Amino acid sequence: MTEPLSREDVSHVAKLARLRLTEEELVRYTEQLGKILVHAQDLNSLDLAGVAPTAHPFGLVNVVRQDEVHPSIDPAAVLAEAPDAEDGRFAVPRIVGEAP
Amino acid sequence: MSLPNGWEMVIGLEVHTELKTKTKLFCGCANAFGSAPNTQVCPICLGLPGSLPVMNERAVELAMAIGFALNCTIQDSTFHRKNYFYPDMPKDYQISQYDVPINAHGYLTLPDGFRVSIERAHMEEDTGKTTHLGTSGRIHGADRSLVDYNRSGVPLVEIVSGPDIRTSQQARDYVAELRAILIAIGASDGRMEEGSLRVDANVSVRKADAPFGTRCEIKNLNSLRSLQRAIEYEALRQIEVLEDGGKIRQETRHWDEDRGETSTLRVKEEAEDYRYFREPDLVDLAPDQAWRDRVKAGLPRLPAERRGLIESLLGELSDAQRDAVATIVDQGLDEYVLGVADAKGDVSLALARTANEIAANVAGRTNLSVANFVATVAMEQLGQLSATQAKTVLGELLESGGDPAAIAKAKGFEQLSSDTLSVTVGELIEANPDEWQRFKDGDDKLAQFFIGLVMKATKGQANGKAVIAELQSRR
Amino acid sequence: MKTAQQIANDVRAGESALVAVEASLAAIKARNEELNVFLYVDEDGARTAAEAVDAKVRRGEDPGLLAGVPIALKDNMCTTGIPTTCSSKILEGWKPPYNATVVDMLAAQGAISMGKTNLDEFAMGSSTENSAFGPTRNPLDPTRVPGGSSGGSAAAVAAEMTPLSLGSDTGGSIRQPAALCGLVGVKPTYGLVSRYGLIAFASSLDQIGPFASTVTDAALLLEAISGHDPMDSTSLPEPAPSLVAHVNDGVAGKRIALVRELVEGADDAVVASVNRAVEVLKDAGATIVELSIPELHLGLSAYYLIAPAEASSNLARYDGVRFGNRIDGDDVTAMMEATRTAGFGAEVKRRIMLGTYALSAGYFDAYYGQALKVRTRMIEAFAAAYQQADMIIGATTPSVAFTFGSKTNDPMAMYLNDVFTIPTNLAGEAALSVPFGTGEADLPIGVQLLGPGRSEARLFAAARVLEIADGR
Repeated sequence: MTEPLSREDVSHVAKLARLRLTEEELVRYTEQLGKILVHAQDLNSLDLAGVAPTAHPFGLVNVVRQDEVHPSIDPAAVLAEAPDAEDGRFAVPRIVGEAP
Repeated sequence: MSLPNGWEMVIGLEVHTELKTKTKLFCGCANAFGSAPNTQVCPICLGLPGSLPVMNERAVELAMAIGFALNCTIQDSTFHRKNYFYPDMPKDYQISQYDVPINAHGYLTLPDGFRVSIERAHMEEDTGKTTHLGTSGRIHGADRSLVDYNRSGVPLVEIVSGPDIRTSQQARDYVAELRAILIAIGASDGRMEEGSLRVDANVSVRKADAPFGTRCEIKNLNSLRSLQRAIEYEALRQIEVLEDGGKIRQETRHWDEDRGETSTLRVKEEAEDYRYFREPDLVDLAPDQAWRDRVKAGLPRLPAERRGLIESLLGELSDAQRDAVATIVDQGLDEYVLGVADAKGDVSLALARTANEIAANVAGRTNLSVANFVATVAMEQLGQLSATQAKTVLGELLESGGDPAAIAKAKGFEQLSSDTLSVTVGELIEANPDEWQRFKDGDDKLAQFFIGLVMKATKGQANGKAVIAELQSRR
Repeated sequence: MKTAQQIANDVRAGESALVAVEASLAAIKARNEELNVFLYVDEDGARTAAEAVDAKVRRGEDPGLLAGVPIALKDNMCTTGIPTTCSSKILEGWKPPYNATVVDMLAAQGAISMGKTNLDEFAMGSSTENSAFGPTRNPLDPTRVPGGSSGGSAAAVAAEMTPLSLGSDTGGSIRQPAALCGLVGVKPTYGLVSRYGLIAFASSLDQIGPFASTVTDAALLLEAISGHDPMDSTSLPEPAPSLVAHVNDGVAGKRIALVRELVEGADDAVVASVNRAVEVLKDAGATIVELSIPELHLGLSAYYLIAPAEASSNLARYDGVRFGNRIDGDDVTAMMEATRTAGFGAEVKRRIMLGTYALSAGYFDAYYGQALKVRTRMIEAFAAAYQQADMIIGATTPSVAFTFGSKTNDPMAMYLNDVFTIPTNLAGEAALSVPFGTGEADLPIGVQLLGPGRSEARLFAAARVLEIADGR
């Protein structure tokens, strides 16, 4: 955790996040994210052995709803906001590669 | 199928079942197959900004029921986001269970007693459906795709077996048994062709007792037949590669049912980086004892137990009868056979009529009460109806209901009186003295010869058993 | 300008709701061009809603707690058929097919929505300089920022365009602009207000809350929007608490902790205001204890891993497939990349990448996993403090409103603005900022009051004591 991230890391992360970076942005983000991550190393100043992570502020459990049908929204209204639609469906350019 | 040169298959199966709920996992849109595209969607299952998921109670209960049926530990569980971009995934992450699934460490026993371990059976949401436009209809070569989100957010349970399966037949038996269980407990309608039950097979090969080989995951297995064929093809393909000195690449492969072969779909270059983290929009599941007990108490008898019950009523049974038992349990027709058993009738006869006549028209069962079935079987057993007549009466009952005795009468299935039968048999013996002598000398096969003659003479109105009784009395 | 409470009383007494609505529209027209507060003004909708309130009054029906009160909504809350942008190009022009729960609750209580206010894109920022539609100016000094990310909602009340507004607070996005604009701003207990229809930034931290110019108005608005929502799994199960009734309860007998880490590093004038507030509360009968909570130092680091991590996932859905803007590409991946690259601003991209990195294989344990453990320690540390005190006092921000561009080139300097407000979000607890005294250039200073979950009534009562002492 002592090494801040490399330019390759930033490039990989941008790809995972579906963002394209210019060369200039790549340099800038590498520096800025590195600074933030160096600051984040203060988290290691606490002894956190055996501490449970908190993903959620309150311990609510079993929040469920009844299995009852509610009206869906008008399909015309759904597709009205679609960038592209055809035949009642959302249209996208060709898909390269299968879903995981 | 046995493999050449001491090779052995190692198979693990991942079965996704859609749950038979009224609504989706996280919203109140209908969970129904076959509606017009994008008519069962709302801000939640479309992943619109600001929308939030709320868990369907019935889906949790069905997931727990699956856990109980598969002898799993049902535990407090959490939900995670599996992050990846794909147009059929509206939020570009899937809500799924990751390190702490609702069900873990179970097993399923095959009809032959072989036990397959279940690693986990966890809850997750389904994706939308993509249609590829272009020449092939498949993803390759399409220039445009269309997405329908009706299926998006439908509740799924993914059941992951251990790598315990060693033959394609076992794989088939496993899925058949699992499907029977899911149908029996009302969790799934088990339709592989419609995709409500989806099977992926992880296949590798090894020499006996060697460490596991590199596995490939086979997708697009839309029937039990496809599953078995695909596994056999894939195992032989891998053996060929290995025997030629090659290496198996870990990849996902597509089964082509028409061509009867698998082909590369996606190579796993490195472990995908799904960036799993706890879903902050949902809270944990921690079903208390009362809730667990309630679900467990609601479980019906499972197929294995039901088969055992019927088989115990039959005593020794043939392979054909074993298959017949499996068929009627799969289709939930046990009550007919059990009804005949309760009435102290002929269970073997009841099994045959259920597995053949009723199973051929399952939809007609609403017209056929257990009492009427018991009565029809009794009439046949007592010789009041011939086998052919009994089948006709059952067919009529399944088609349009009614009273079996009245149908028999209306069809003119008046039973031959024993006097008439006796006269007919006597005449036929006189006309065929040589055959009669041989029968008297102990050639039992000739009984069939005389039955045939009696049937012909009585236009099928005689009962085979009554004919045999008459012949025996004169022997 | 009349307070929300006065307007609601007058409307219930028979004054037309149109009076307040027209005053609000006039105030918006007068300064919106200069200050860039509203991204969308719903003139027709406001007048129609006002007439409906009048009709209810005429029929003798209860017009609601907020009858005829104009209100401004931060533009990250969904409104049916009305553009909802999050101040991002990627959502420009998007009209949601549904209302956020709070929007429906406000309408049910007779409030009149005037329109949607500017914010830092997707609520990521502390100055409203990150909006794709230009910065909002501080009505008290237009050369300075109003704070952020709810800068538009703060400015709407500070410029007397509306007596009330709603913001959202993920790391201080209500309290910090409230402090910089001289308003009362509340970050309610996590789960007190429904998040359904609030466009998520960081789901485990986000909470909607009120801006008002008086403590009573803030309590009134929070009471109107609180309560269980079955559409939000993280919504607290109980009904709305009674808040307005307790505003004048005072602080006699209350134990208030001055926490060193919540004033450390603040400007002298800010520290002086906090110290003076402590004296006022003491004079009003509170017992003061001084405490140190060293874990608070780690809040910033934990926050800047947890919030971006959640955001990186929450913002994945802006992919050009179902809604919003699309930039075409040869295949679907190219289309998604082009859309997101053109649609998101620099700060949003920075946080998406930071969060993606923190969650990615190989770094999860070192960053995100560690941050979640610090969160646990933060909650435990607060719980220990609340054994000794009923509430905590500190500064809201280290300084008064700063000038445009002074922190935009250094993300870390900007993030430090949130150092006093972040811990409450991590703990899921309650806090508010109340104006108390002034600093540089006579600009307002905010004093922060913090309490455990569901302690809002107590915090309002203490804030009211300070408000009276400050001559309001």
